[in-house]
Amino acid sequence: MINQQSPFIQKSSSVTSIMLLVILALIPGLVFYVHYFGVGVLLNLVAASITAILAEYLVLKIRKLPPKVYLYDGSALVAAWLLALSIPSIAPWWIIVVGTLFTIVIAKHFYGGLGSNIFNPAMIGYAVLLISFPALMTKWPSPIENSLSLESIGQAFQIFFYGLEVVGDGLTSATPLDYVKTELLQGQILPDISIASISTSTNLTSTQIVSLGYLLGGVGLLYKKIISWHLPVTYLLSLAFISGFFHFVDPNNFSSVTFHLLNGGTILCAFFILTDPVSGPTTPKGKLWFAFMVAILVYVIRVFGGYPEGIAFAVIFMNICVPLIDNLTQPKVFGHD
Amino acid sequence: MSIVDKIFKFNGGIKTDTRKTVSTSHPIKKISMPKKLILPLRQHVGRVAKLKVNLGEKVLKGQLIAEADGNVSAAIHAPTSGIIVSVEKQSIPHPSGLPDYCVTLIPDGKDTWIKKDPVNWKKIGREETIKKIYSSGIVGLGGATFPSHLKLHNNNNEIKTLVVNAAECEPYITCDDMLMREKSVDLIEGIRLVLHLLGAENAIIGIEDNKPEAIEKLTVLVKKDEHISIKVVPTIYPSGDAKRLIYLLTGTQIAKGKRSAEYGIQMFNVATIVALYNFINLGEPSISRIITITGNVTAPNNYEVLFGTPLSDLIVDAGGVIKKSSSFIMGGPMMGFKLPSVNVPVTKAMNCVINAGSEMVENNSPVLPCIRCARCADACPVTLQPQELFWFSQSNQFEKAENYNLFDCIECGCCSYVCPSNIPLVQYYRYAKSEIIGERHAKEEADIARERNDFRLHRLQREKEERAKKVAERKANTSSDEKSKVIDEKRKAITEALERIKNEEVSEK
Repeated sequence: MINQQSPFIQKSSSVTSIMLLVILALIPGLVFYVHYFGVGVLLNLVAASITAILAEYLVLKIRKLPPKVYLYDGSALVAAWLLALSIPSIAPWWIIVVGTLFTIVIAKHFYGGLGSNIFNPAMIGYAVLLISFPALMTKWPSPIENSLSLESIGQAFQIFFYGLEVVGDGLTSATPLDYVKTELLQGQILPDISIASISTSTNLTSTQIVSLGYLLGGVGLLYKKIISWHLPVTYLLSLAFISGFFHFVDPNNFSSVTFHLLNGGTILCAFFILTDPVSGPTTPKGKLWFAFMVAILVYVIRVFGGYPEGIAFAVIFMNICVPLIDNLTQPKVFGHD
Repeated sequence: MSIVDKIFKFNGGIKTDTRKTVSTSHPIKKISMPKKLILPLRQHVGRVAKLKVNLGEKVLKGQLIAEADGNVSAAIHAPTSGIIVSVEKQSIPHPSGLPDYCVTLIPDGKDTWIKKDPVNWKKIGREETIKKIYSSGIVGLGGATFPSHLKLHNNNNEIKTLVVNAAECEPYITCDDMLMREKSVDLIEGIRLVLHLLGAENAIIGIEDNKPEAIEKLTVLVKKDEHISIKVVPTIYPSGDAKRLIYLLTGTQIAKGKRSAEYGIQMFNVATIVALYNFINLGEPSISRIITITGNVTAPNNYEVLFGTPLSDLIVDAGGVIKKSSSFIMGGPMMGFKLPSVNVPVTKAMNCVINAGSEMVENNSPVLPCIRCARCADACPVTLQPQELFWFSQSNQFEKAENYNLFDCIECGCCSYVCPSNIPLVQYYRYAKSEIIGERHAKEEADIARERNDFRLHRLQREKEERAKKVAERKANTSSDEKSKVIDEKRKAITEALERIKNEEVSEK
């Protein structure tokens, strides 16, 4: 293409480089994930990546778009990775494949492909899996010793290909959010629950450390100016404030701030899910409102709703509101009153 | 920090490799007299200048060739002595690429000045001086080419502050920087002169911090002048845009469609001020300017050249082009345009010519869909939402684009510069603007046509009524008595005739 009009210079940034940096930023969290929970998550990532690339390629062919250009943008890979990291690492392969297909084909391309999807594709894929296969989607791995030993790796492969049944249920546990919720429903109060099982269990600390890994990557994205502070900071502060308020009022029935911030993918959501530019708001003020509303919804769904791991629903719901939010939060134009 | 030193930052803007130092290592150069000078009759905003010379006429340096036609226009003077050999359409440096009327002058090599007529501005008063400037041919030399005399009127004494635009924010361009380094005394004297002509109280020189040498020279000169201050602004494109610079320096935001004078501020570019100074003090009209020749040339440099000099002469003097790149950009890389060729003359608007490498004019990376990352919104110095404007422009939703303040866009190119999807955003806005303007125009034409048609129908109706009225009047004028008389006479004649026939028949029998 001959460029006939100004500007004649351009910053050397591309969608591809943005997407690659996002993937890079996921690595610290991923390393901790593998360290504490084994290589199952890597198998998921590989399966999701392959499925995403194949699905993307086929859809692009059908839509008569140049696969070379669009495959290279890396957006399909990012969506696949976010989905793979959101679902339990002990899920069988077909869960990943179904979820990824849904993410790429329906949530992304049915809505028009890159730049046109109104919902966060990974969250759509996640929500579909959560509703369709609730039993599989709420079983999370217990931390394992020697996650890189041959035995653990072999086990991960077995689970991946044949499902949990072959190795037995000993390896799994409910997520902290799920566990607390169940216990509370059975009439327990928080101080007892915590003392009894959670704070002594390594489960909680390992999840928290994985969260901190994501936080590290997220800060990296902020530093590289791939994302702006508005969404993650507002989201985390709002969630902290709301959970802090309820915990302060009734510590027996409402979990603490750290519990909410470091469990259930809060950090992953703050830096990697909310910041999806396509389905999110674009104005600075809009970002504040969006993140604040997601935080409220996440808390409501977690504490009062039926899905303790229901961040996806909060995000999807707020995605619908994005055009309205953007419209109502237009910044003041230079020279206008 | 006092309020005077405060810099008011506008939203966004971009920091980029300015590539300025390549053309500032040597002083401003002059080249030998060209073989011919080509002077377009329109080098300014406004009406074409009226030709005042004949073919074959000998002219002296500084002689009027074409005079300003009306108030919004500017005169053209002979840059050197010689003979007028033609007046015809020739290729000119204009974005349209269309040829326009030019006067060709063959220099006689003597460079003989006409009698110079310096203006004794201290004696004759402001209005008289401004009247003289009207015939100087001086226009805004920052590239806008708006006739300068129009900006000097300060009838209601509303203008209090003169802002001197020394920002020169576009990459590559260094002509103002070099001018300030080499003619700093003239510039400061010129600022004092313009302050006097405007009757303004103070002047602020706004200059980007990438010109330390110029800043130093000017600072020394204004040290004891309490009316002139220098404000160093950060190097962020487009700080040299008039409204952005006024905001940076004074905190005043000029609304769309308003003039800065309404806010008590007038702005002049440094080169324009020096030109005004030369005209008033030396009696030299606008016949030359400083221009940066840079990019892929062997020896990038600044030149003081006569208007009308073929650009190709300058390129040759700058050592010719490196490699085989034949694209030339006039102005900066952010807002300039591609020249049709180097066979165009230097004009009042030409501040810089870049020999562009293929990386500038060929864009090989694919254009991807907008991912709404809003980097463009972060970069927009007008705080627009370029991603929304793009969405509306590409889907021809022009009304919505207008509601999102499309016409506030200054086409600075920051959004296109930062777009990771490589979308030529500014081109979409230009398209949308021209469509809207075209629509408005068509609507106006349709309105006029409808009015005309209505009027025609009305006129036909009126004529019809008038005709009917006339007939009726004529009828009414011939009175009923006369009518019956006529009819009676006719009847009488008929009966008589009938009787005659009867009688004749009877007699025949």
